[in-house]
Amino acid sequence: MKTMRPRSHKLRGFTTILLFLLPALVLFFGLVVAPILLAFYASVFKWNGMRGLPTDFVGLANFTRLLADEVFLGDLWRGLLLIILSVAIQLPLSLGIAMLLNQKIRGRAFFRLLFFAPYVLSEAITAVLFMMILSPTEGLANYILGWFGIDPLDWFADPSTVMMSVFIVMTWKYFGFHMILYIAGRQGIPRELTEAAQIDGATGWKVFRYVTLPLLGPTIRISVFLSVIGAIQLFDLVWIITGGGPSHSSETMAVTMFQFGFKRFQVGYASAISVVMFFISLVFALFYQRYVMRRDLEGASTVLRDQR
Amino acid sequence: MSANRHKHSPTSGGPLRSLSLHAVVVITALFVGIPLLYGVLGGFKTTRQLSSNPLGLPDPWVPENYTSVLGSASFWRMLWNSTYIAVATTLVVVAVSALAAYVFARFAFRGREALFTMFAAGLMFPFAVAILPLFVLLRMFGLLDNPLGVILPQAAFGMPMTIIILRGFFRAIPGEIEEAAILDGCTPFGFFWRILLPMAKPAVATVSVLAVVNSWNQFMLPLVVFSDDSLFTIPLGVQQFQGQYATDISRVMAYIVVAMLPALGFYAVAERQLVSGLTAGAVKG
Repeated sequence: MKTMRPRSHKLRGFTTILLFLLPALVLFFGLVVAPILLAFYASVFKWNGMRGLPTDFVGLANFTRLLADEVFLGDLWRGLLLIILSVAIQLPLSLGIAMLLNQKIRGRAFFRLLFFAPYVLSEAITAVLFMMILSPTEGLANYILGWFGIDPLDWFADPSTVMMSVFIVMTWKYFGFHMILYIAGRQGIPRELTEAAQIDGATGWKVFRYVTLPLLGPTIRISVFLSVIGAIQLFDLVWIITGGGPSHSSETMAVTMFQFGFKRFQVGYASAISVVMFFISLVFALFYQRYVMRRDLEGASTVLRDQR
Repeated sequence: MSANRHKHSPTSGGPLRSLSLHAVVVITALFVGIPLLYGVLGGFKTTRQLSSNPLGLPDPWVPENYTSVLGSASFWRMLWNSTYIAVATTLVVVAVSALAAYVFARFAFRGREALFTMFAAGLMFPFAVAILPLFVLLRMFGLLDNPLGVILPQAAFGMPMTIIILRGFFRAIPGEIEEAAILDGCTPFGFFWRILLPMAKPAVATVSVLAVVNSWNQFMLPLVVFSDDSLFTIPLGVQQFQGQYATDISRVMAYIVVAMLPALGFYAVAERQLVSGLTAGAVKG
């Protein structure tokens, strides 16, 4: 009897664990892991995506074609461009605004609410709104530029301005999200630290540069991480506004994949693009977590717990 | 706050500096606010008015664009589809993730951390990576043109974030409470259902709000799953309407403004949960 109890207890524990985990495992393997594996499988076939499984094995031909494709190489370059612009312009803007709204300025609750509002709108709504605002013929933006005597721009219709226009829309929609992260990070910094620096005679800028900024490190690194992942998967905005045009000048990896997978029925080739996206995300995430965020994870989560 | 103490320093305090700081905030507010205002007012104009007078108040005010959206059956149907899909997604993802998070937080077994890491790794993989094979699988299961074809994948992709947040919260609940419940004859499920979940209400609210917003704004998945437009959600409807009436700008504007309202209303109500969810997710992510 005495020897039986622990074992039956253990068995019951095991069945409990299994039963509780089962739904999550089924859903995750069926709809997250299996599709990714299927993408790997399909990427080495020439396949039009019709019913059944692919049969025309082509080895790595899809990948060699991909690496020689100017559109795809352009996708990589444009992704990099968006990342650079985000990190160099959008995130500093978010950080600056967050620091301003951390001070006691009049109406800061309102500003915070307003700046974050675009984040809750879908990219579809944002896209359509800005198609009208940045319309070359009767858009609001050209009207306002007219006040300053600036010639109207073609925005999304001109290959040389289309990426800038996309970036403006991304900034409009997402800078408030990063601002919210920075505000939360800033509130996690104990007041004693900045006060001590002030008592020691540090001026506003010096306090920011030598106390606040270093302590915001974890938040900044997360915010950069999310920007990069966002740029890698950018789809909705571009698909609705330009479809990747004019002449591929705003195409992203996700748009190229979608074009080949759902419009041209080259599913094998499109799967190869998915696989490359998977690896770029994976390598980036591993690298970033290993070398950039390594020291952060523990400290950051304790900051968070304090805030609750 | 340091304005008085550091009058001598040119870089801190001073009315000039505070004025320029305000200017930066106000300019940013214009950058964010004008597009929204332009949309709202634009909906009250005719398209001809809009091109001659883009920024001013409508003259005369034309409510027809708005009333025609509010009077169209297809708009209400899309609103219903979006709502139904968002609620169902949230129920599935929260239920499934809460069970899993409970196990990850309160049971010790071999392979637990590896399994948890696997779920957490799902966070790194955007929908875009899996959409094509997902489409193939959904077609195999016969889930195309079926709300489940959107609900289940959304729930699956929402699980990593939900499990991470809930596990953190479940862990913080003291072990003594569980021991007391077990001594009183509570089963593991009884403890989960009657004690853990009610105690974790704020965390459940947070993850639910995240799930609703993500589902509400999802575009790519419904785009490939639904070809029958009676199943369309709002983002698809917006795109379709824009395509149909591209030249009638003020009408499109009224449409997207009305389409924004549910999301903005939800934001007004659930702002706190949304912010805490996003910051929690980001910091843990």
